[in-house]
Amino acid sequence: MNSRIQILSDHFLEIISFHFQPAIAQNSTTWDFLKRLILLEDYNTRVVLLGTAMLGCAAGVVGVFTLLRKRALMGDAISHATLPGITLSFLLASVWGWNEKSLPLLLLGATITGLLGVIAILAIRNLTKLKEDTALGVILSVFFGAGISLLGVIQQMPRGHAAGLESFIFGKTASMVANDAVFIAAASFLSLSFCILFFKELRLLCFDEGFTGSRGYPVLTLDLLLMTAVVIISIVGLQAVGLIMIVALLVTPAASARFWTDSLGSMTCISACIGTVSGITGSAISAIYPKLPSGAMIVLVCAACFATSVATGTRRGLVIRTLRRRRMNQSIEKQHFLRTMFELSEPRNGSTPNSEVSVSQLTTARSWTERTLQSNIRRATKNEWVTRIGQRIKLTKKGRIEAERLTREHRLWELFLIHHADVALSRVDREADHIEHVLEPEIVAELESLLSEDQRTLPESPHDLAHHNLSSELTESFDQLGISREIADQEEPV
Amino acid sequence: MNSIMIGNQQETSEKTDRSYPLAVQDLTVAYHRKPVLWDVGFNIPAGSLVGIVGPNGAGKSTLLKAVMGIAPIASGKVQIFGKPYKKMRQRVGYVPQKESVDWDFPVTALDVVTMGLYNQIGWCKPVRNQHRTQALQAMESVGIAELANRQISELSGGQQQRTFLARALVQNADLYLMDEPFAAVDAATENAIIQMLRKMKEDGRTSLVIHHDLQTVPSYFDHVILLNMRVVADGPVQDVFNEDNLQKTYGGRLTLLDEVSEAMRRRERSL
Repeated sequence: MNSRIQILSDHFLEIISFHFQPAIAQNSTTWDFLKRLILLEDYNTRVVLLGTAMLGCAAGVVGVFTLLRKRALMGDAISHATLPGITLSFLLASVWGWNEKSLPLLLLGATITGLLGVIAILAIRNLTKLKEDTALGVILSVFFGAGISLLGVIQQMPRGHAAGLESFIFGKTASMVANDAVFIAAASFLSLSFCILFFKELRLLCFDEGFTGSRGYPVLTLDLLLMTAVVIISIVGLQAVGLIMIVALLVTPAASARFWTDSLGSMTCISACIGTVSGITGSAISAIYPKLPSGAMIVLVCAACFATSVATGTRRGLVIRTLRRRRMNQSIEKQHFLRTMFELSEPRNGSTPNSEVSVSQLTTARSWTERTLQSNIRRATKNEWVTRIGQRIKLTKKGRIEAERLTREHRLWELFLIHHADVALSRVDREADHIEHVLEPEIVAELESLLSEDQRTLPESPHDLAHHNLSSELTESFDQLGISREIADQEEPV
Repeated sequence: MNSIMIGNQQETSEKTDRSYPLAVQDLTVAYHRKPVLWDVGFNIPAGSLVGIVGPNGAGKSTLLKAVMGIAPIASGKVQIFGKPYKKMRQRVGYVPQKESVDWDFPVTALDVVTMGLYNQIGWCKPVRNQHRTQALQAMESVGIAELANRQISELSGGQQQRTFLARALVQNADLYLMDEPFAAVDAATENAIIQMLRKMKEDGRTSLVIHHDLQTVPSYFDHVILLNMRVVADGPVQDVFNEDNLQKTYGGRLTLLDEVSEAMRRRERSL
């Protein structure tokens, strides 16, 4: 039993070492090769990397528009539809005695069936009542199935040397020669320039198809040109990325870029960068370990970029959103705490101004749990807004200024909601540092005058507010104005 | 032809008058095998503010799209100032339904308004500062200039609608086609839009507006087209906007009839 495991594990190790044998390990070390790769000493490697870099860049840019046009999966259907073309041209070439491994011939076949696939999808969508995703599903599987069957036929042939054809499925930069790479770079450049040249028109098309049509732009032609760019990327990406995974290069960089920016221009640039980096890194890894298909490597690098973007993207990343939400919750808590402190310590019924407040008073004032209240007090103490002596809490001078400001803002916002109910909902921004940053000065002035009705002591400028002791006046005018008694009752314990 | 010509201009109806900002004749539109509009015809006098009302699925949006050649016309003729739309595109501004686009799209409000100038800028040429200034002026006129650099998903519904209006305004057109500009906007925006429409009317511009709120029709528009696959009636509001025609347009679906007749009475009193 033991020996059997031994044999199995030996076999496993053998497989591992065989598969992960570096390309030129026989006469040089991996590090030497890596050095040569990084320094681009080898002409072929240099050109191959240039080719995949261009491909990644163009795929990233084209992908932005297909993603925004909500046609992300079109690339997938197109690339799968190329397989029957590749195998058919291989078959025909070998039947007629031509060089069946001639790349232009294979890619010509790929282009023909790829375009047939697009036409079939558009025909199904336009002529039947089926939706586009159904059409994509049907075409993708049918064409791919046909291609796989033909591949089986080729392998059955007496002089069948289909070896190399699989590299179109999974991608293999190792099989690329300099000429192929130059061809890839040129075709990618063509797609790239199309997107840059028609950037404005594509933006319009992707944003608002109806308006685009109404302005006289040929929507169908623009769509077909965009699809042609996708076909070009898919075809030239066959060798490097393979037909199953090319869709990742079209979708992932664009989807990742969206997490970093809200502008189409930057999104395009970021997507192009991610595509380029993925292309280079993926094919470099595959060049070092030829048994690792470059397509898979490129896709994995893309996926890593995507995961990073989802997590840390500066516009929509999870981290930034969590932080934003936490910061907002904290600022809400801070506002509530300081305002409650302020209102509880307001002079009333003969008590001295700025009196101390007990913890139990605070507990009953709002629906705070013991834990939230304690953390609020801790944070306020840390910020030197309050001082705490046992169970008594007192606003500091700094805390009082801040609390007065917050209370004023709160009351102004309440007034705004009452007096401008029609427009208020879309304009209220209680997270804003100052109400003046959101509302026009005239509106703030109007609210101020509402707040100060008959209160001659109220200061002229809102920013000077904190220097005056106006708390009681505020409360009175608040009451006089009949500001939602319920709110006031809820917030001020009797 | 089902159409009823507007007012006393019936005499000129036989050959389309050159002065009509919009003349539609025998228009039939069909998607696949289902006709959406059947033999629709009407003329819109210059400088008028025209409302289109009708039940859901009556073909209101399709009518606007057919006018601009983006819906499949089975038969019929549409003329803008006496010429086909293709030649008059610059003089027509279009405000699509707000829901027709994805407001999560990575552009700013200013970018969207600038789109109204793309024709003017021309193919493949970049947007320049002069165009941005022009767009900002249009945004100013609908009161959203300070939101120019906001990403469009950060705008409220009313502000998004104003962005679309600014995009049409920046074109400085003579005929405006608007698809439900009053749908789901706040009262302030509704007010701003109607003020803007009246200002445009004063300037001699013509507007054709799809509207869903029957109660406000008498106070907002001076002409109205009642549409339900065919034109049930069109003409000045006081002539055609009555219970009988509304019943024909909405059939059993109309529950607002009483309120509408009340609104009409109010209007008569105020006139």
